Amino acid sequence: MFGRSAPIAPLEYTRKLWMRSWVGLTLLFLYAPLLVLMIFSFNDSKRNVVWKGFTLKYYEKALNNDSLVEAMVNSLTIAFLATIVSLVIGALAAVMLWRFRFPLKGLVEGTISLPIIVPEICLGVAFLIFFAKVDWPTDLAWPLNLSAITIAHITFCFPFVAMVVRARLASFNKEEEEAAKDLGATEWQAFRDVLLPHIKPGLIAGALLAFTLSLDDFVITFFTSGPDTITFPVKVYSMVRFSVTPEVNAASTILIVLTVILTFIALKLQGVKGIAQTH
Amino acid sequence: MAGALQDWKLQKKPFVAIATAPVFWLILFFVAPMAIVWLYSFGQNAGPADIDISGTLDNYKRATEWLYLSIFLKSFAVAALTTLICLIVGFPVAMAITFAAPKWRPWMLLGIMLPFWTNLLIRTYALMALMGTNGYMNKGLGGLWEGASWFRTLVGMQPLEAWTPVQLLYNNFAVVLGLVYVHLPFMVLPLYSALDRLDKSLIEASLDLGAGHFKTFMKVVVPLAAPGIVAGVMITLIPALGAYLTPDLMGGTDSQMIANVIERQFKRANDWPFGAALSFLLIYAMFILIALQSMRANKVKEAR
Repeated sequence: MFGRSAPIAPLEYTRKLWMRSWVGLTLLFLYAPLLVLMIFSFNDSKRNVVWKGFTLKYYEKALNNDSLVEAMVNSLTIAFLATIVSLVIGALAAVMLWRFRFPLKGLVEGTISLPIIVPEICLGVAFLIFFAKVDWPTDLAWPLNLSAITIAHITFCFPFVAMVVRARLASFNKEEEEAAKDLGATEWQAFRDVLLPHIKPGLIAGALLAFTLSLDDFVITFFTSGPDTITFPVKVYSMVRFSVTPEVNAASTILIVLTVILTFIALKLQGVKGIAQTH
Repeated sequence: MAGALQDWKLQKKPFVAIATAPVFWLILFFVAPMAIVWLYSFGQNAGPADIDISGTLDNYKRATEWLYLSIFLKSFAVAALTTLICLIVGFPVAMAITFAAPKWRPWMLLGIMLPFWTNLLIRTYALMALMGTNGYMNKGLGGLWEGASWFRTLVGMQPLEAWTPVQLLYNNFAVVLGLVYVHLPFMVLPLYSALDRLDKSLIEASLDLGAGHFKTFMKVVVPLAAPGIVAGVMITLIPALGAYLTPDLMGGTDSQMIANVIERQFKRANDWPFGAALSFLLIYAMFILIALQSMRANKVKEAR
């Protein structure tokens, strides 16, 4: 690919120097801040700028910071629960829209895509008012006290799952399902043994999307979380607001590594192309 | 396709089994909260924790005051500028991915997408650390400055004054840069998927018939990639318009966007009805943008 032997064909834009530098600079812009943050999380200095030597003490501090760990556990719990429920509701919504003709279908279809379009701040505000209005209990035991945040997350995650699964359903041959039924399969068996295997890649992609969206969310959580239900982004936000501490670097590095690992698990399951297509 | 759809009346049991959960969830946890906000926007504060929905339009009237109108306009300008920069930076990147060797393409896409999967707050924080007065961006600028100063002494001019770190953060520049940083992947992916579908022999034909690269780009590539450009613009403009975190953390006192004003009504100012009115105005603005886009899409369809 990088051989100098063949002359550059007119359409081989990627082999032109200015194009390569443009892409290189863009990637530098995207990655440099993250890489610097990760490298300096090992720096033995309170100030972030000068390299003073390798240390793991900020990781130790971050892992011993109970509220930070608690926030991380909360975030992962919410993401896990929200993903499971979003997956079920999203897949059902996709099958409903794909399979049936029913009154007000256009309205339902439009409303399902609304949580994707409505700005996060408006959704956050809506949940703040809603949970205040219905007097949602806030003093429940863990993990039930996370229910308000989880519900909010499911609402903005499941439309994405529905979208991804529906795209996958478009390639399903309905005759396969009919054949199964002709051969004596019940509605449920046809769903489980024919339709479900077909939409499995869509489900995996949707689950990963929902998990990331939930783990990533700050604005909506900011409006639905209470003093006892801090998530990781909300915790980092308050730490950044008050003072920049190297602990945040360490905790962020852990989360970045977790994201990269998740992405590579997705790659293993789906192949690079599959991941690329889901976006 | 439409013929293959089943009528729900003929399949009542499976329909109910499938439709109940999503429809129920949507009504209870999306439509109901939004409806309450909508009702609140016609109310007024009747007590410390009591809102009287009186049907008043005062909140909307107040929102058209110049103070708030200017913030709306400013948010739009910032979002539009962000989108434009994303488009200019992102188009060559999308082109490069499209014309890369097939084995490299997925990895380049992954390279663009990986930051998008990383936590927004972490990305903003990482960028802030780089842009601080002691950060590397200031160091880099300082290096350039000293280089220029050295160059001046070479040609016999007075050296420049010593470099003093500039305030890169907490201003409008930082907000736009932060928004571009966060939204760039949103722009590249739809552009790529449009360019990928494009018939490459058309570009070859244009080049063969004597058009230069630039002319080919403007007359062939851009018109054919138009749906992708529109999709990319929408997908960048809409979240940028409602951005909260970036202006909050990276902006100064004069770079507040509409989302920050909404947040203030619910936290510090404690004027929920007015905040509700502002958030519905923001939603209406989104609807107008989307309606404009779909009108344009319909026109294109009719023309074909």
